Amino acid sequence: MSDPVLWHRLQFAFTIVYHYLFPQLTMGLALLIVVLKWLGLRHDGWNDAARFWIRIFGINFAVGVVTGVPMEFQFGTNWAAFSRYAGGVIGQTLAMEGLFAFFLESSFLGLLVFGEHRLSRRGHFFAAVALFVGSWLSGYFIVCTNAFMQHPVGHSVGGDGRLQLADFSAFVLNPWALAQYAHNMVATVVTGSFVMAAVGAFYALQQVHVAHARRFLRVSVLAGLTASVLVAFPTGDGQAKLVARYQPASLAAMEGRFESGPMAEIVLIGQPNVREKRLDNPIVVPAVLSFLAFGTFHANVAGLDQFPVNTWPDNIELLYYSFHIMAGLGTLLILTMAVATLLEWRGSLTTSRPMLWVLMLAFPFPYIATTAGWMTAELGRQPWIVYGLMRTVDGASPTVHSGTTLFTLLGFCGLYLVLGVLFLFLIGREISEGPGPLDAHAASHLEVRRG
Amino acid sequence: MVELWYGIASVMLAAYVVLDGFDLGAGALHLLVARTDRERRQVLAAIGPYWDGNEVWLLATGGVLFVAFPSVLASGLSGFYFAIILVLWMLILRGISIEFRSHVEDPLWRAAWDFIFAAASLALPVLFGAALGNLLRGVPLDHDGWFSLELFTDFTAQPPVGILDWYTVLSGVFALLAIAGHGGAFLAWKTDGPVQERSRRIAMLSYAAVAVLWPLATVLTRYVNAPMLEALPGRPLAWLSLALAVAGLIVVAVGLRQKRDGQAFLGSCAFLTGMLAATAACVFPVMLRSIDPGVHSLTAYNSSVPAASLETAFTWWIVGFPLAVIYFVVLFRLHRGKAVAAEGRHGY
Repeated sequence: MSDPVLWHRLQFAFTIVYHYLFPQLTMGLALLIVVLKWLGLRHDGWNDAARFWIRIFGINFAVGVVTGVPMEFQFGTNWAAFSRYAGGVIGQTLAMEGLFAFFLESSFLGLLVFGEHRLSRRGHFFAAVALFVGSWLSGYFIVCTNAFMQHPVGHSVGGDGRLQLADFSAFVLNPWALAQYAHNMVATVVTGSFVMAAVGAFYALQQVHVAHARRFLRVSVLAGLTASVLVAFPTGDGQAKLVARYQPASLAAMEGRFESGPMAEIVLIGQPNVREKRLDNPIVVPAVLSFLAFGTFHANVAGLDQFPVNTWPDNIELLYYSFHIMAGLGTLLILTMAVATLLEWRGSLTTSRPMLWVLMLAFPFPYIATTAGWMTAELGRQPWIVYGLMRTVDGASPTVHSGTTLFTLLGFCGLYLVLGVLFLFLIGREISEGPGPLDAHAASHLEVRRG
Repeated sequence: MVELWYGIASVMLAAYVVLDGFDLGAGALHLLVARTDRERRQVLAAIGPYWDGNEVWLLATGGVLFVAFPSVLASGLSGFYFAIILVLWMLILRGISIEFRSHVEDPLWRAAWDFIFAAASLALPVLFGAALGNLLRGVPLDHDGWFSLELFTDFTAQPPVGILDWYTVLSGVFALLAIAGHGGAFLAWKTDGPVQERSRRIAMLSYAAVAVLWPLATVLTRYVNAPMLEALPGRPLAWLSLALAVAGLIVVAVGLRQKRDGQAFLGSCAFLTGMLAATAACVFPVMLRSIDPGVHSLTAYNSSVPAASLETAFTWWIVGFPLAVIYFVVLFRLHRGKAVAAEGRHGY
């Protein structure tokens, strides 16, 4: 209870996990909305479909914005020592995000959500593109910031012991950032696709908005299959190879691997037993981990035995399960979309009730997979806040007491619970109302303005 | 380079106060100037397209401090921990109330969000003003540059100090009045009908109070930060800023009286900018003042990152800043004219 770092970590983890439920849909949907608006340039039906998703996007974006602001500030409030130490480097990308991404997004959001009657169809399409560019740019700056914490490059240590920027292009083109960004962004498209497919399946099962159900399903299963395959290969594979190379202790912990050796097996199922330093009840496939990590079946893959215990990730069980949940769900998501695409190709998706049921209920799983994925990244980085340079325990604010942080954590929990209920209520209303033509009110509003 | 980045941080902060100030002020006056649903939607339509972008200036200011003066950001945010978290909660509630209010056509739903919007918009300027008061008065920094503060102690503004004392409460009240006047001037400019009338009247009252309180608060600053006022004669930039603020105040008074509301709003922008710039020019280079004379303050010089990093950051800042300005110009042009209340579940 009295360890302040634990509460700082829990508060940051809770607020970031909650926050990221929203931007992942924002970013994934932004791409799909661009596709819908592009199809809508020539066809009203697609334009109506886009309008529906833009309304969902607007509500989702609002919650993403308000829960995002605390993230920026918690670097200073909760991780002051880290901010002082690394601000000269990571401040660059955090400030660039505000200047290059947030201003762009905030300026065009109103035009996208409420400005359709004010813009030409092409103009509205460009507003959608602006939101896509802004939100994906924002994603890069944040991933790049995180990549520096995972795999610091482009820095030097100054005379005062703090980090400073030595090579800007090395820092912003960090190979870790490029791989993690690709992996993360295709994952957002998976989330967006599953959400769109769930609404499409819901309408198809209800036999309402049938034409729109068909449109939602067609776009989402194709995008969903493509993106969910890309999440695994090449992006997930590339990310895993970087972990193997630069964070070998994390890889060992992710796989519950306590002993080093060649022909390393990949673990499908098993329970890491940290006290006994072994994996209980394992089901494994030999040599696959060596191949996936280093490209040959004979490669030696380090186990935790090669690393001092004080550099082991501090919650190996949670890390192990997070990684396996992510990888397992990722596989299931590919399978789901593959079957759905097959049915769509045969023209029977909208009449296949079992598949529609699966699609309607599957949408939480990409959220769980991305959350587990980020938990893998963040728990795997422990015990470091900047890998190999600063420990997490040394990064917390020195003057904030554990009781204060516990209090504010509880405050965030309560506030976010209310926010979640309101969000679901509003989204539910939008879904039950469904897509429709450009609202008559909005059109008359236009007349008033011009008149 | 350090001076340049101190200037950049000041400019960004002033942009935040001027821009988010008008939507915070409009929110603080929301229940007073707008009585019916239609009137309230007029207020929301006036600020709806801007509030999110305006708030980005706060994040961008934080970003600039992060990149150039990380120690100031780290000490300041962690030292004021609970107050900052309170600001975050208010920002969350406020943003959500603007965005969610009109989604449901139910009087109770809308009244609840109107109340939350107004309450959060009232609290924020007070908190920001008190924060500025704390920075001017000084905080109990230790030798490593860290501090933490109680919410209040004995209100004397002498050590041991708390976040709230007579001086910081005065700053908070002053900030609320200035922001209310600013928001009122904005609404007078962007709305018509009864909302415009009421906004104009409240803007006049607020600015009248500001005209009285401003000199008073400045003189009283002597008791908490004498060096700041002593620095004034030697800072030509501060004179210019003060002249701008005084001119702005006159333009506000004349503009509101003659019902030239756009002009009055510009005057209000000039007043806020001038006042902040004068403050920034007088306290330079101190950013986080130590209340104990035996402990060094955090200054722009001792807390900045190396010059090479500042130069790198400047190369992208000089590209990004004009872009941000262009977005705002485009946004204001697209929404020129009076704001019209939306109907039904669409619009703000």
